[in-house]
Amino acid sequence: MADDRNFRLKVITPERVFYEGDVHMVEFNTTEGEIGIYKGHVPMTVIVSPGILTISENSQTKNAALHAGFVEILQDKVTVLAEIIEWPAEIDKKRAEAAKARAEERLRTKTPETDLLRAETALQRAIARINVLS
Amino acid sequence: MASMRDIKRRKGSIQSTQQITKAMKLVSTVKLQKAKQRAEQSKDYFHCMYETVVSMLAKAGNINHPYLHPGDSVKKGIIVITSNRGLAGGYNSNITKLITQGGFKKEEVEVYAVGKKGRDALLRYGYSVREDYSDIVEEPLYSDAVELSKKVLDDFVNGEIGEIYLAYTGFKNTVVHEPTLLKLLPVEMDAKNGGKSDKAAADTTENRTPMNFEPEDDAALDMIIPKYVTSLIFGGLVESVASENGARMQAMDSATSNAEEMINHLTLMYNRARQGSITQELTEIIAGANAISM
Repeated sequence: MADDRNFRLKVITPERVFYEGDVHMVEFNTTEGEIGIYKGHVPMTVIVSPGILTISENSQTKNAALHAGFVEILQDKVTVLAEIIEWPAEIDKKRAEAAKARAEERLRTKTPETDLLRAETALQRAIARINVLS
Repeated sequence: MASMRDIKRRKGSIQSTQQITKAMKLVSTVKLQKAKQRAEQSKDYFHCMYETVVSMLAKAGNINHPYLHPGDSVKKGIIVITSNRGLAGGYNSNITKLITQGGFKKEEVEVYAVGKKGRDALLRYGYSVREDYSDIVEEPLYSDAVELSKKVLDDFVNGEIGEIYLAYTGFKNTVVHEPTLLKLLPVEMDAKNGGKSDKAAADTTENRTPMNFEPEDDAALDMIIPKYVTSLIFGGLVESVASENGARMQAMDSATSNAEEMINHLTLMYNRARQGSITQELTEIIAGANAISM
């Protein structure tokens, strides 16, 4: 069913083309909050914050953990420039959980020299990874 | 005329050199294939990155952002990407030449070296090498580029350096490599047409609907410019690695064929000497026999 509501989605990373295809909708987290995009969105460039990237094709949806980058939205084309992005199959759950525990620990026992920002992003990443798996 | 034994020894040594150069050529051919693939895979990303930044700057034309203006310092930071190993023809010296003949004042340059050969050469010329990241050139990862760009951006923001340049070897195809000097910061619209992006620039100016940014321009610049710098550095690294192997392959190829030529020449000389000595021996025997029979 090649209907007109689909648009072109391209997800690229510095190392590879992660995903390319015609999709119905795409959702992800930005610095300003969660957004979902259909065809014909206002042209916009947004910055990604760690979370789940949901790709809705006609018949199925796909999830991936998207950690950093930005997204260029045009009327009939969306390009995700991702610095780090993973399919669920590429995620090591144990490692993600360990990272989450570590980041939480660091945030709890914060000392002046703790790099708060880093710990928080690490936590967000770990949570995104775990969420994508469950 | 050199003796037969000398010629033979010389030939043997050239033959073993030829074996080495042949092997090195094969190795760099394989490495080149890999590096080329990586360079091609990452091209898309830089293309989009470049387009985005151009369209952003076109819109954010007169925004007063630190990344868009030279810093107070007269110092210029140059990221110099060369190889850790030699025997790659003019690959390393071309990059070094970019800097020594690029109109920079020696005292004003701070070098961020990636690759031992460039670092050593610039040190010899008396440049000050601020940081050394030679380890990452073997197998550049994106995270390495992140670290490096963070360092230079920190120095830029702290006013240690006023401008940032990137010296790398652009990979056009297997035989054409272009030493390139690219100005990273402050970002300038016209200075950024680093060869590969002319087409992109034309595209963006023509058929682009006005773009909105979220968050607002200033904050977006804050986030995107570092990513832009990182991606350029990564692109430079990947292309340089491909060029390095391409250059080495060519150098080793011509070394192998030169060795072949020398071996042919020496073989000829050897055969002549051999024949000469046989003729001489014969003449001596005949002359001796004649002397006895008379």
